[in-house]
Amino acid sequence: MSQTPAIDLTAKNTQSVTSYVKSGQPYVWLTAAAISVAFIITVALLGLMAARGLPHFWPADVVQAEYVEPGHAPVPMLAELVSEEEVSTARLKSAGAKLDDDKPFHTRVLVKVGNRDLYGADFRYLLDEWIINRSYPTDVTVLERMEWGNFQGFITAVKQDGQVIATGEQVWEAYQPLQERANELRHKLEALEDGEIGTINYGLEKVRLDTRRLALKGKTPENAPEDYQRLAERKAEFEAQYEKVRVALSALKTEMRRDALVLKSVDGQEKELDLSQIVRAYQPNGMSLPAKIRVYCVKLWEFVSADPREANTEGGIFPAIFGTVMMVMLMSVFVTPFGILAALYLREYAKQGVVTQVIRIAVNNLAGVPSIVYGMFGLGFFVYFVGGSLDRFFYEASLPSPTFGTPGILWASLTLAILTLPVVIVATEEGLARIPRSLREASLSLGATKAETLWKIVLPMASPAMMTGLILAIARAAGEVAPLMLVGVVKLAPSLPLDGNFPFMHLERKFMHLGFHIYDVGFQSPNVEAARPLVYATSFLLVLVIILLNVSAIRIRNRLREKYKALEG
Amino acid sequence: MLYRGFEENEGRNAPLIAGATTSEHMSETATPSDAAFGGHSIVKGGSGFQPRVLRDTAARWVVWIGGLGVIAALLLIFFYLISEVTPLFASAHFEARPEHTVPGQGHTLYSTVEEQGEIAMRVSDTGEVTFYDIKTGVVRGQQQLPVNGLAVVSVAEVSVERGQLAAALADGSVIHFAHEYAVSYPNDQRLLTPSVVYPSGEVAEPFMSEAARGLVVRDDGDSSVLFGIDAAKQVHMKAFSKSTNLFTGESSVEVTGELSFKPVVVADILLVEPLLKWLYVIDQANGKIAFYKLDGSSEPELVEVKEVGSGVVAAKYLSGGISIIVAQTNGVVSQWFPARDKAGDTYLAHVRDFNPPGDAKLTALGVEQRRRGFAVGDETGRVSLFYATSQRLLHTEQAFKKPVSRIAFNPRAQTLLAESSEGKVHAYHVHNEHPEVSLAALWGKVWYESYDEARWLWQSSSASSDFEPKFSLTPLAFGTLKGAFYAMIFAIPLAIMGAIFVANFMSAELRQIVKPTVELLAALPTVILGFLAGLWLAPFVESNLPGVFLLLVLLPLSVPLFGYLWLNMPARIRYLVPAGWEGALLVPVVSVVTWFCFAVAKPIEAVAFAGNMQAWMDSTLGIHYDQRNSLVVGIAMGIAVVPTIFSITEDAIFSVPKQLSLGSLALGASPWQTLMGVVLPTASPGIFSAVMIGMGRAVGETMIVLMATGNTAVTDASLFSGMRTLSANIAVEMPESEVGSSHFRLLFLAGLVLFVFTFFLNTLAEVVRARLRSKYASI
Repeated sequence: MSQTPAIDLTAKNTQSVTSYVKSGQPYVWLTAAAISVAFIITVALLGLMAARGLPHFWPADVVQAEYVEPGHAPVPMLAELVSEEEVSTARLKSAGAKLDDDKPFHTRVLVKVGNRDLYGADFRYLLDEWIINRSYPTDVTVLERMEWGNFQGFITAVKQDGQVIATGEQVWEAYQPLQERANELRHKLEALEDGEIGTINYGLEKVRLDTRRLALKGKTPENAPEDYQRLAERKAEFEAQYEKVRVALSALKTEMRRDALVLKSVDGQEKELDLSQIVRAYQPNGMSLPAKIRVYCVKLWEFVSADPREANTEGGIFPAIFGTVMMVMLMSVFVTPFGILAALYLREYAKQGVVTQVIRIAVNNLAGVPSIVYGMFGLGFFVYFVGGSLDRFFYEASLPSPTFGTPGILWASLTLAILTLPVVIVATEEGLARIPRSLREASLSLGATKAETLWKIVLPMASPAMMTGLILAIARAAGEVAPLMLVGVVKLAPSLPLDGNFPFMHLERKFMHLGFHIYDVGFQSPNVEAARPLVYATSFLLVLVIILLNVSAIRIRNRLREKYKALEG
Repeated sequence: MLYRGFEENEGRNAPLIAGATTSEHMSETATPSDAAFGGHSIVKGGSGFQPRVLRDTAARWVVWIGGLGVIAALLLIFFYLISEVTPLFASAHFEARPEHTVPGQGHTLYSTVEEQGEIAMRVSDTGEVTFYDIKTGVVRGQQQLPVNGLAVVSVAEVSVERGQLAAALADGSVIHFAHEYAVSYPNDQRLLTPSVVYPSGEVAEPFMSEAARGLVVRDDGDSSVLFGIDAAKQVHMKAFSKSTNLFTGESSVEVTGELSFKPVVVADILLVEPLLKWLYVIDQANGKIAFYKLDGSSEPELVEVKEVGSGVVAAKYLSGGISIIVAQTNGVVSQWFPARDKAGDTYLAHVRDFNPPGDAKLTALGVEQRRRGFAVGDETGRVSLFYATSQRLLHTEQAFKKPVSRIAFNPRAQTLLAESSEGKVHAYHVHNEHPEVSLAALWGKVWYESYDEARWLWQSSSASSDFEPKFSLTPLAFGTLKGAFYAMIFAIPLAIMGAIFVANFMSAELRQIVKPTVELLAALPTVILGFLAGLWLAPFVESNLPGVFLLLVLLPLSVPLFGYLWLNMPARIRYLVPAGWEGALLVPVVSVVTWFCFAVAKPIEAVAFAGNMQAWMDSTLGIHYDQRNSLVVGIAMGIAVVPTIFSITEDAIFSVPKQLSLGSLALGASPWQTLMGVVLPTASPGIFSAVMIGMGRAVGETMIVLMATGNTAVTDASLFSGMRTLSANIAVEMPESEVGSSHFRLLFLAGLVLFVFTFFLNTLAEVVRARLRSKYASI
């Protein structure tokens, strides 16, 4: 018992397995592996989004080939190869493929065949080995259309006013200027529709509401003829304007329908298409790299600047970007002053006791409350209670259709403001706490009042912290979707919340949002394959914006810390 | 002039400052500046000084009001949720109308109240239909059925919604009639004008040769079936089909079947299922229910006879036409419906009992017309209101001193009409918005209609209006915890081990890159994670399932192996990588192992699982595989919470005072021993709070579960099935929920549960962390 065994102090072989295990090194390696995995996941996620989203805009080569299913006649095909994977034969068989060989694996490719109007679906899974006689003819043309997705095929003739003006080799040359003209006309048409017709409709709706308002006040055409007269005049004026625009519109439409293309698909189906139906066309197999890059950039620009088409599966995401930015800006307007006031109260004015500490912890913890709960609060309190009351008092004329008593951008930004309040409060408080006491005391001892000290000394020094808080709040709000689904986001908003009609800002309108766009297009879209690359691209854009915001917040915070280190020293 | 201005300022200032000082007194603002600048300036300044004081006071007030306002607004969330939820658990509330005498003559056979709860109607045995005002008892209309002096023996409801009734006359004929209420607005006031109409003419159609007792009529518009009991306790059935001549508009009735049989028990009450599938014959005196299966033209087939345990006072179908409610002489009410046993045979299930207060003999039973509520009256004059699904006693009211003889509801179930045995009528306005909710029904298993056993179910809406809503939060709470559990299984090892390495072993310069990168994950919108999980990860895992499991096994094995190999590398290679860079060294290793696992997975699947692991699991292990399952959610939500846990754990470990670990190392402990023996125990409260906060995030996460699971409410812990969580349920159902309905409030309850749960977790974490911080400060 009392005899301790002699300790062997000679050096052991540190490279043996037992000593390796005993030293705890394996566990250290495991912890290192954990952090590598976390790091890899982060990078891989970003890479995945970029790799899946960005190539979508690339004008990829289109292969012409024959698809030979055993026991069937060869089918000519013209398709863009999207992806390929190894699939086991058992899975293919259970998916319905008729395979009779004994290879364990087959390569399955996803191809985009386009021509949804002719084939029904524009994406198809095919077996790689059954695609034979591949070639890349340079006159294969891909047409991006307003409807039915892409057309992949050949242009056989160009028509003007029903007369063929070019065939054979000349079609591509003849077609280009005509498409430019058609696109110009389309822009004019869109400008008319969005601008003038929008204004006229808005005006007519106001006249209708004013009429109803008069009726609610108890005025009838008999006892207040002059009021009704005025409204009738306004209405007549709008209708006259509308007539004028309508004439201009129909003239434009006729102009646009002047030219057409005669197209042939690879299986020989002919089709005539108005140029007004075509967004752009390119012949990817014959394009040089710079030309491809140019098309890529044009398509990328269209993605961020254009309206969506085809149930959000094509075109751009501009309204979603606009809605997100506007909602976030409105939210900042609400959250900044109140968040700072609350932080000032907690840090500078409230007594630092148990109660303040409890409030602080509570506010802190509110940041951890699920966002959907804020959404419910927003829906129940803001939309139904506050909005419903507003409607009853101020918008009686448009009842029963609600104005503010329905989800809209105002309520969405208010809800997110409440959601992000804790973030701003905590960040601002931290900034306030870091300001050295000596600075305040110096200011006070020079005779400044507390408010002056706050305004001239403390707040300017804490402003980077507030900025950090705000940026973090914006980053969180920009990515938040769950509460917005309850308080104002829609898949397709007919008009932006900001336009040329007085009062310019329409806070009651619903809006589109990048995050919701991802959810909606990814999960509710009728054509998932077509939409998927766009969703990846949207995700990538959203992530980029949020990372940028976060990185700038981190930068600002670090600079701020450096600054006070110097002051404290 | 100057002096007066100063005075005025002072005067205006006084209340402000007084207010400020009192509030200051209450809170004792700590900063020293207040004493000097709170208005008690020691400097006798001129008037130029005053605007500054004013501004200072104004600033104080703005901050006070603004700050407290914001905090109040945040508190408002909690109180708002509570205010939306509390009405769910309130009992029903009765508002009594004055009592009056039953108008009209004869003995009441049937009474009811119209939709608005304004006019009551009674049918007496003399064939007199009387409409009277429910509040005053004033007769609003009276009509005599064309009975030709015959007595009415029983009245049956044909269609409650359309007010159609049928009366059996003493000569065995049956007359169809309906009560209708025309609405007009003379002088902007609603006026109801009741009337009796005869949808198939004012003629009684023959049914039996003697008076049909216990008349039951089932009518689906084109055909009708009549059931009645004769004096010899035989049950008679007669089916009619109606056809309307398109040209003349005349309708003709044709008898399509007739049948009579002697049931095994004494027939007192007949109940027939609306779809004509089941028939119940009830023996009142002996308390027996004979349960028959109806079969078109042939004689009904007896399924079984049940004893209720005492005499039966009354029995009725609940709304929906599935359950029957039996009021018994021993003061108990029982609910029954057909269910199937394990062998698949139908039997009459005794589902639940209701016990009205006191054991007085029951005397009357009335059922709600659109919900599964009912009321019973007893011989002491009490009326008790129940709800079947939630087995809840909602209210008991002493309506009379004498026994209650009859209870009726209006279709909206806002008016309850009770008649006493001595001919008095008492009406009540009933506030009973959310009877289907009770704590037991929310969390316990409930035996719902058309199910064979008590289950936890959430099914809030259905296409049919007769639907019994199933509001059990258990499957949703279970799904929430299940999702959080799998997420934590994924996240905790990864985050905590990663944090240990970063805080303890990693070199400083690498740490500055790695930590922000991992924290960047926290900023990744969950909608993106959900999208990737649902549209990329789920199909990927589905087609690479063996690879996923292989990776789970191989990765933890390969890393220490690599470490050992590295140890045995020549020194000059080892020294190329400085200490603390092991993480960077492992990035290619982990990548290669991952690639390897997925590369060999498919050949393995082809050999071991016949090329399709899901099919193999389904056939061999009996495990069903959903594409969007807990594994996918666990990974995606795990990724979402990794940065949260990582960041807090890393902070906790990193801020363990250095002298502790240095002391341990100096005593000869290895870095790993120091970590396990000194650092981790010290930092464990911080790690605990990190896990709590991560858990809170996983519990409340909405978008990932919404997108990466099938959102089916199941209570099954399998890794390969989906779930429906509280939060996803809110996101899915909230937009289409009717404001103020039980469903709407239940969703708020789900929100409140989430709020309280996460708030509790976070507070716990915060308290633990604060204590840890003060502990560090004292070292």
